[in-house]
Amino acid sequence: MYNYNEFDAAFVAERNKQFRAQVERRVAGHLTEDEFKPLRLMNGLYLQLHAYMLRVAIPYGTLSGRQMRQLALLAEKWDKGYGHFTTRQNIQYNWPKLPDVPDMLDALAEVEMHAIQTSGNTIRNVTADHFAGAAADEVADPRPVAELLRQWSTDHPEFQFLPRKFKIAVSGSENDRAVIKAHDIGIQVVERDGEIGYRIIVGGGLGRTPMIGKVLNEFVPQAELLPYVEAVVSVWNLLGRRDNKYKARIKITVHEHGIDDIRARVDERFKAIRPTFTGIDTALFEEIKAAFAPPAFKEASTALYETAYKTDPIFRSWADTNLWAHRAPGYAIVQISLKTPGETPGDASAEQMRVMAEIAETYGHDELRISHEQNVILPHVHKSDLPAVHATLKKHGLATANIGLISDIIACPGMDYCALATARSIPIAQQIATRFDELKLEHEIGEMKIKISGCINACGHHHVGHIGILGLDRAGVENYQITLGGDATETAAIGERTGPGFSADEIIPAIERIVYAYLDLRESPEETFLAAYRRAGMAPFKEALYEKKEAYAAE
Amino acid sequence: MAKPFSPKVVTANALIEGDVVYLTAQDAWTRDLAQAELLEDEAVAQDRLLFGASQTETVVGVYLADAVPGATGPEPTHFREDFRRTGPSNYFHGKQAELSDV
Repeated sequence: MYNYNEFDAAFVAERNKQFRAQVERRVAGHLTEDEFKPLRLMNGLYLQLHAYMLRVAIPYGTLSGRQMRQLALLAEKWDKGYGHFTTRQNIQYNWPKLPDVPDMLDALAEVEMHAIQTSGNTIRNVTADHFAGAAADEVADPRPVAELLRQWSTDHPEFQFLPRKFKIAVSGSENDRAVIKAHDIGIQVVERDGEIGYRIIVGGGLGRTPMIGKVLNEFVPQAELLPYVEAVVSVWNLLGRRDNKYKARIKITVHEHGIDDIRARVDERFKAIRPTFTGIDTALFEEIKAAFAPPAFKEASTALYETAYKTDPIFRSWADTNLWAHRAPGYAIVQISLKTPGETPGDASAEQMRVMAEIAETYGHDELRISHEQNVILPHVHKSDLPAVHATLKKHGLATANIGLISDIIACPGMDYCALATARSIPIAQQIATRFDELKLEHEIGEMKIKISGCINACGHHHVGHIGILGLDRAGVENYQITLGGDATETAAIGERTGPGFSADEIIPAIERIVYAYLDLRESPEETFLAAYRRAGMAPFKEALYEKKEAYAAE
Repeated sequence: MAKPFSPKVVTANALIEGDVVYLTAQDAWTRDLAQAELLEDEAVAQDRLLFGASQTETVVGVYLADAVPGATGPEPTHFREDFRRTGPSNYFHGKQAELSDV
C-alpha cells in the first residue's frame, strides 16, 4: 500500500491546523457562516438534517487494518458508534459536533487519512475497482494510477474552483466494477501490443441528466496520462457552464459541444501543456507502483476449504455468493456484505469495523477495500483460511450470503439524513430486503441490482440499477419512481421509467410484481433479470405493474 | 389573489451541535417543536425570521417552516419537518432519543 511521504504528512497536518483555527474563529463569532461554509466544505464537513456530517475519503477504497480500526475509534469516540460507507468509497459520520471535528481530522491524519476535497467544486476522491490488485481478470492494478491522480489533484491550484464537482474512477479490467462510464472521467487500463496504456472515457454521469460516458481516447500511453487528464479537466474548466449549476458538469459540456469538438480541444491543450511535464510524473508513478506490489502470497493446501464446502451448507452458500476469483492460486476475494436484511445498507458498527480489521490483519495480508456497492472486501484470503474467516464474520453479523442478489441494495442516506433528499431511501431498502428474505426467493431470482436514490442527484445510482428506485416529493407525500434495465458495468445503460410512481406503501408490492413477472417470463434460470428485460422489453413489466396488479398480488 | 399565509415556525440548526432548533416566543431556541412560537401573521413571521437569522453565533440556516397548531403546540405539515423534529427512521437516534431522556 502507498504510505504518505513527508510532503503528504506535512500538507495534511497544515490543513488540519488551519481548519482547527477556522473552527475556533467560527465558534468565537469571528467568522460568519457565509465565510465559514466554504472552508468547512473544503474539509468534508456538511450540515445535514439532524446534525453535521463528516465525509472521509478512502482513496480508491483501500484501507489497512490500522486505518479501519481508526475509523472505528472515530465512530465510537465522536459519533454514535457506527459509520456509513458510500457509493464513492467514502465513509460518512452522521453525528459529529462542530468543535470535535478538528480532533477527528487529527485522528485521521495519524493513519494517513483526511477529508480534503470530499466536497466542493473540486476533483473528488478518485475511486477504483474494489477488486484491484486481486482480480483474475485484471490487466494491471488501477490503484497506482488512482494514487497518482490523487496526489496531482489534491490542492491543485488550477482546479480548486471548477464549474462543478469532478469525479474520476479507474478500472484495471475489461469487466467494469467501478462504474467508469458514469463518471466525469473513467479510466480503463488496457494493453496494446504488450504496452500498458489507458482508455479515457469522458462525460458520463448520473444526477438529473444521466449520461453514459463516451470514449475520448482509445489509448493514452503511460507517460502521457497525467498531462492528458490535466488537459481534459483544463478544457472543461474553461468551457464548462458556470451560469447554471445544472448544466455545469462535463457531461453537459460534452453533450453540447460533441465528443469530436472536445477531443480536438483536449488535443490542442495537451500539446501546449505536455512539455511542462518533465518526467517527474512518470518517475513518481514508478515509485507509487512499487508501493502497490502484491503481497507475498502463500502456497498451501486448500483441503480445509474443500472439506468445509462439502460439509457445511451455510459456509457453502456464503462461498457460492460472496467469493470471487483471485489471480493467485489457492486464493479468493471475500466480499463482506453490509446488507443484512433489515439493516441500513453500507453501515458498519465500530465493533464490526474492528472485527474486519482483525480478520484482514490475521488472514488477509492487512488489506481491506470498500466497494461502491457499499460492501467491504478482503482482497487476498487464502482458501484454507476461509472457514475461520466465515466463522468470525458470522459471530458479528457479517456473514450474510447475498452479494449481487436482490437484498444487496445500494441506497443513499435519503431523507433520514440528507438535507437535499426529497424522500427516504433506507427504509425502502430495508423493506425490500426483508420481504424477499421472507419469501426465500433471493437465490431463485439470481443476479439482481436494486439501487435507490432519495433525490434526483442519484447518489444511490438508481439510473444504472437493474431496478432503479427514485424517491420524490409529490405534493407533500413520498413517491417512488421505478426504472428498469439500468446497468453499471462495461455494458452500461440508463434505466427506462416504467410510468407513474408509487407511494411508500405501494412500492414494495410493485417491486414484487416486477420480480414475479420476470420469473414468469424468463426462458431459464440462467437468464438474468437484465437479460430478460433486454429480450422482452418494458411491456410485460409495465403490464404487471399497472394492469395486472391482482395476478401478481402477494400470496 | 395571493395565496393566504399559512402558519410558520422559525427553525434552524444549532451551530455547535448541528441539531434542529426552533425559535420560541421568549426569543430563545428550543429543541422541541411543541415549544416553538407559531407565527400566524406574515409580517410578524418575516420579522421573527430576521431576528432568528441575525443570531449567527448560535444558529445556522434559519428559515420559516410550515406548521399547524396541535394539542401540545405547533406540529409539522410536511414529512421533511416531521423527520427534522424526530430523527432518522433507521436508528433511534436524534431528537426522538434525546427528548425521551428529558
